[in-house]
Amino acid sequence: MRGDMDATDAPLLQVKNLKVHFPSGSKGLFSEQQLVKAVDGVSFMVHAGETLAIVGESGCGKSTTGNAILGLAPVTEGQVTFRGQDIARLSPDERSRMWRNLQVVFQDPVAALNPKLTIGNSIAEPLAINGVPRAKQLERIVELLDLVGLNPSQKDRFPNELSGGQRQRVVIARALALEPDVIICDEPVSALDVSIQSQILNLLMKLQRELGLAYLFISHDLSVVRHIADRVIVMYLGHIIEQGPAEVLFSNPRHPYTEALLSAIPLPDPVAERSKKRVLLEGDLPSPLNPPKGCPFVTRCPIREERCAEAKPQLVQDENNREVACFLR
Amino acid sequence: MIDGFSNTTLSISNLKVAVGPHSVVDGVDIDIRKGEIVALVGESGSGKSLTALSAMGLLSGRVGQSGGEIKLNGQTINPQDEVEMGRLRGTRLSMIFQEPVASLNPLLSVGEQVAESLVVHGRATKAQAMERAVQMLADVGIPEPEKRAKQFAWELSGGMCQRVMIASALIAEPDLLIADEPTTALDVTVQAQILDLMRRLRDKTGTSILIITHDMGVVASIADRVCVMYGGRVVEQAEVHQLFKAPKHPYTKLLLTTIPKLTDAPKQDLYSIKGMVPDIADFPEGCRFRTRCPLADKQCVKTPPLQPRKTFDDGLVACWHSELTETLQ
Repeated sequence: MRGDMDATDAPLLQVKNLKVHFPSGSKGLFSEQQLVKAVDGVSFMVHAGETLAIVGESGCGKSTTGNAILGLAPVTEGQVTFRGQDIARLSPDERSRMWRNLQVVFQDPVAALNPKLTIGNSIAEPLAINGVPRAKQLERIVELLDLVGLNPSQKDRFPNELSGGQRQRVVIARALALEPDVIICDEPVSALDVSIQSQILNLLMKLQRELGLAYLFISHDLSVVRHIADRVIVMYLGHIIEQGPAEVLFSNPRHPYTEALLSAIPLPDPVAERSKKRVLLEGDLPSPLNPPKGCPFVTRCPIREERCAEAKPQLVQDENNREVACFLR
Repeated sequence: MIDGFSNTTLSISNLKVAVGPHSVVDGVDIDIRKGEIVALVGESGSGKSLTALSAMGLLSGRVGQSGGEIKLNGQTINPQDEVEMGRLRGTRLSMIFQEPVASLNPLLSVGEQVAESLVVHGRATKAQAMERAVQMLADVGIPEPEKRAKQFAWELSGGMCQRVMIASALIAEPDLLIADEPTTALDVTVQAQILDLMRRLRDKTGTSILIITHDMGVVASIADRVCVMYGGRVVEQAEVHQLFKAPKHPYTKLLLTTIPKLTDAPKQDLYSIKGMVPDIADFPEGCRFRTRCPLADKQCVKTPPLQPRKTFDDGLVACWHSELTETLQ
């Protein structure tokens, strides 16, 4: 549990002031290149064995943050360190060693698996790349399939012969092949049926208990996040607007956006759902090409004041180990 | 239901849909009363979308209606009759889909698309229809409707596009709107806005809505009545509060148990329904849920009929052991 760890406990993964800016459209002769500031100054740490969730709506930068860590999005500014080493400065050798420890599970298991490889071969791929002999690979495939709750006899099947939930188990097995410390899970259950979601969530929790894995869990589904996360980061328009222990954030959200987000979750109980206090937000996310000057949430905030449009509030920590970026809360 | 006939907008009885030799929708009965919002819930492969597509006459390829009757306001319609359906679609029956951006034509302005059904059916001149479209865009909560009407789908956010879809589906004041996962691709705060909009439009126009969803939260939020589907059959049907309070079919009960709730103890294993939805090629004989059902016994090899739930509502359940459902944990 996080609480028992002392403060000097080094994080596995640390992100410092990460910025990912993409150029947008064409640059005119006299006009300046426009930038989409997908992630704009995000810092956090992931410790061994914990689940840190990043939540937010589309365009908030949660997936780009994960992609930047994985080297799938360009880092404009800031630093990502894994076990104290700056990822950008690793030699190719060190980098491939790092990938053994840092793996990813994406949302869509159909897209994540090569349709022409048997699932056994998909799982063996990272092993083969890392020079594991074929006989040992087979042994490991059986072990991994068993670990993720698939029948090892299914190893010669192709992805199209499996259900969505089974495919996601294969993707998880592949991510586990090299015994990583951290898995970045980007919406790992969003494409699955409800009855299958709980199976995969249980599997992820079981693997964490048994293998001591840490998860960076990127999701838009707050009910899922509340269930699985130790700590939660709420992002909006490329910024962290609130972060803290899951139980603090869910029981008592402080940022007006977190509050709106939580109140928007439809509760699977008509009595509670129809009587709850809702904070309906106006409008849509502002264009990331033209973000508001002050607080990123100012255009939709129900409690905004003048100063919110002028300066951007910084994250301030409260007594519950939670940080909020809001002048008014 | 005393006067079910004249009061019923859409009545589907004993609908059967086959893919090759397999029955994927197997004798479905659904009535949607005037002004009522009925939710059709189920996981992938339950036949919920095919049921809706049949009513719209949109089945194609190897998938075809193999039996049953569909009545619109008491009159039998033939979904295979392209001429008849062409007349009904867009005027008396409308449908919106999950992917609003993909559902819109990228080459037509959104105003033209909203106006289209009035023009195609000769209900208005192009100019009149455009005027009405702008008003409709305003009704669905799109700010600056005159300006937006001239824009294209790719210039709008997903939430805006879904509003446009709703506007184009409702402009001809249809008797029934079928909404297939209308908020699944949207963010929660936007989902809350769209559900709110659908509820408001129903109250204002009296349009009946059949909403297809896998999300029990959405059901709890918007439905008056719920039909739960599994394996191509309706397994339970009830008024929304009754269904959540006292689910009588084991599948309904377990489905409700399996979803992570904001009131659950975090980090605990979620209940999960064993196994997965069987493939259409090998649905078991008799009750199709029996291979996953903890209550199943020999009797379940015979298909249970849909019969009264023995509660105080007019709900129905198809289970031999429904009196034991409440004992399930």
